[in-house]
Amino acid sequence: MAEDGIDVRFDTVSKHFGDVAAVDGISFALRRGSFHSFLGPSGCGKTTSLRLIAGFEQPSAGTVEIAGANMVGIPAYRRPVNMVFQHYALFPHMDVAGNVGYGLRQRKPRPEKSALDRRVAEALELVRLPHLAKRRIWELSGGQQQRVALARALINRPTVLLLDEPLAALDRKLRREMQIELQNLQREVGITFILVTHDQEEALSMSDTIGIMKDGKIVQMGTPEELYDAPVNRYVADFVGESNFWSGEVAASDAGGAAIRLGSGMTLRAAYSRLGAPLKVGETGVIAVRPEVIGLYPPGAAPRDLDCQANVQILNRIYLGDHSEFSVRAEGLGDLLVRLPKAVETAGLEPGAAAVIGWRGNQALALSET
Amino acid sequence: MRIYAVFVYLFLYAPLAVIALFSFSAGRSASDFHGFSLQWYATAAGNRLVIEALLNSLLVAFVSSAIATLFGTAAALMLPRVKPAFRMVFDALTYVAIMVPGIVIGISTLIALATTFNFLNPLIAGDAPGAPPLGFGFGSLICAHSLFAMALVIVIVKARLSGMDRSLVEASMDLYADPWGTFRQVTLPQLMPAVIAGFLLSFTFSLDDYVIASFVAGSRVTLPIYVFASIRRGVTPEINAIGTTVMVFSLAMLVVAQVLLRRQARKPAAA
Ligand SMILES: Nc1ncnc2c1ncn2[C@@H]1O[C@H](COP(=O)(O)OP(=O)(O)OP(=O)(O)O)[C@@H](O)[C@H]1O
Ligand SMILES: [Mg+2]
Repeated sequence: MAEDGIDVRFDTVSKHFGDVAAVDGISFALRRGSFHSFLGPSGCGKTTSLRLIAGFEQPSAGTVEIAGANMVGIPAYRRPVNMVFQHYALFPHMDVAGNVGYGLRQRKPRPEKSALDRRVAEALELVRLPHLAKRRIWELSGGQQQRVALARALINRPTVLLLDEPLAALDRKLRREMQIELQNLQREVGITFILVTHDQEEALSMSDTIGIMKDGKIVQMGTPEELYDAPVNRYVADFVGESNFWSGEVAASDAGGAAIRLGSGMTLRAAYSRLGAPLKVGETGVIAVRPEVIGLYPPGAAPRDLDCQANVQILNRIYLGDHSEFSVRAEGLGDLLVRLPKAVETAGLEPGAAAVIGWRGNQALALSET
Repeated sequence: MRIYAVFVYLFLYAPLAVIALFSFSAGRSASDFHGFSLQWYATAAGNRLVIEALLNSLLVAFVSSAIATLFGTAAALMLPRVKPAFRMVFDALTYVAIMVPGIVIGISTLIALATTFNFLNPLIAGDAPGAPPLGFGFGSLICAHSLFAMALVIVIVKARLSGMDRSLVEASMDLYADPWGTFRQVTLPQLMPAVIAGFLLSFTFSLDDYVIASFVAGSRVTLPIYVFASIRRGVTPEINAIGTTVMVFSLAMLVVAQVLLRRQARKPAAA
């Protein structure tokens, strides 16, 4: 056990396949008992990172530590971690109980049959499948296979549980259920979970911390709130949640924020992200405004204290139950997205109508491109 | 199209059906039917020469397919780990071994073994006077048959291996099974249908082979050799009975092998 409460630590770890750097010098430390996600587009190195922890790959450079012990050169079967595979990888020639008990049967000395059976029953209880012990694998639904895979991993009480897009094969509703269940399970067992996904909603809703990856590097690592409210650059702001973006040349910069001149000649002011770097005058910067911080008003009805206002024409309105999304066209700003909660009065805000948008300067962020 | 297909199958299987039919004839001639009887099966079973040839055939088939299965499976397992260039050559040679006509294998095995014997026998005689010299017989039969059958087993097991989900092996490693434990508990059970099918096909091949055997059997008589020698003296219903028995046995094994290979194709890993 690590004294510092860190379960997994990467120190400038790289993994090259030929001349592709799948993982490119990343460092991080994950707190014991936390739910962590790696989020990023296809091919950014998420799976490779997990496989480096699991021991299916050895790093080309750097060190991987699990619970304080250096794992470089240690094969997968001697690492205190277990993985839930994307397609579950359940053994088709064994029944459910045979699958779940597999890890325990490898122990030396091998546990007594009665102890083994009891642990298998407990594990199946944990994933709420106690009645399916004797089923064959192909007789299970996707959601049930998923739970068996979880039970098969958790029964070993690993230091870290690795999950590679475990929910990707499930339909939407089941996915929601499993997300909640995974979160509850993680709290119940208190094991560090590391999830890989390219679904930002999944990462945001489940994780204590998220690492946003791009081209084998971690762009930003933090809590979901940090990533949403204080992205370090446009890439993160774009990947986590939705934003309207305008890029242009930085015209002025001070401690609190920057003014950016857009191609249209318009200049927008915005505050710096709490975790981003300040911009230099003359370089390219980006203004990011979340659709929900923008107000939309009938002409003449906008409050006085808005820092940025523009006349717009409403192009489209999509009703989404608890909120509505408007796409609008503004002079000098182009098309943008506005999101209004149901509680807001929307009379007169119909497609084709003229309206006014506005936001407060401290709610817009001035970011670097990368 | 349908009618052609019917003719093709008639053409292929009618002779076999006739043989099977006449094996049940009560008459003495193999060309006209005189009422149903099993007497020729009884005659064949009582013929010492037939039984001896059958036992020889079974022994050769069993040993050669066991060898072929063991080494063929091992080769198929090792192939993914060797250099790609070497693997390509090996794969090509495996297919060649299956495709060359039996007569070529027969002749080349004959020459190869004869040369080897000629080289070794004087050495053996010098080193261990009194030891019997090497010659053609069970050894050469088993050798030739297992070489050919090994290629079959390699192809069958390799196909299964490449269809196997690689993540099963990783899952096993992840669950603390070392490489040997993983092989024993995951890889081998997954390959088993292909291994058994390979064994059955090798067995059938060896049991039915005349061409290769005729070159390398020396003075040993296998069932096909016996049958071939007998028909020079005229086809009797006894020969039909032997032929039918071998045919039914071979067909049964082929069906079992086919079922095994199909089942594994239909039931991929938990996907
Ligand atoms: N065994 C391998 N051999 C060669 N290249 C590989 C190998 N594994 C991964 N790569 C490459 O490394 C890069 C990262 O792959 P990785 O599987 O980690 O991506 P990922 O983030 O998991 O993507 P996805 O969301 O599509 O699963 C990719 O460019 C991939 O092609
Ligand atoms: Mg992946």
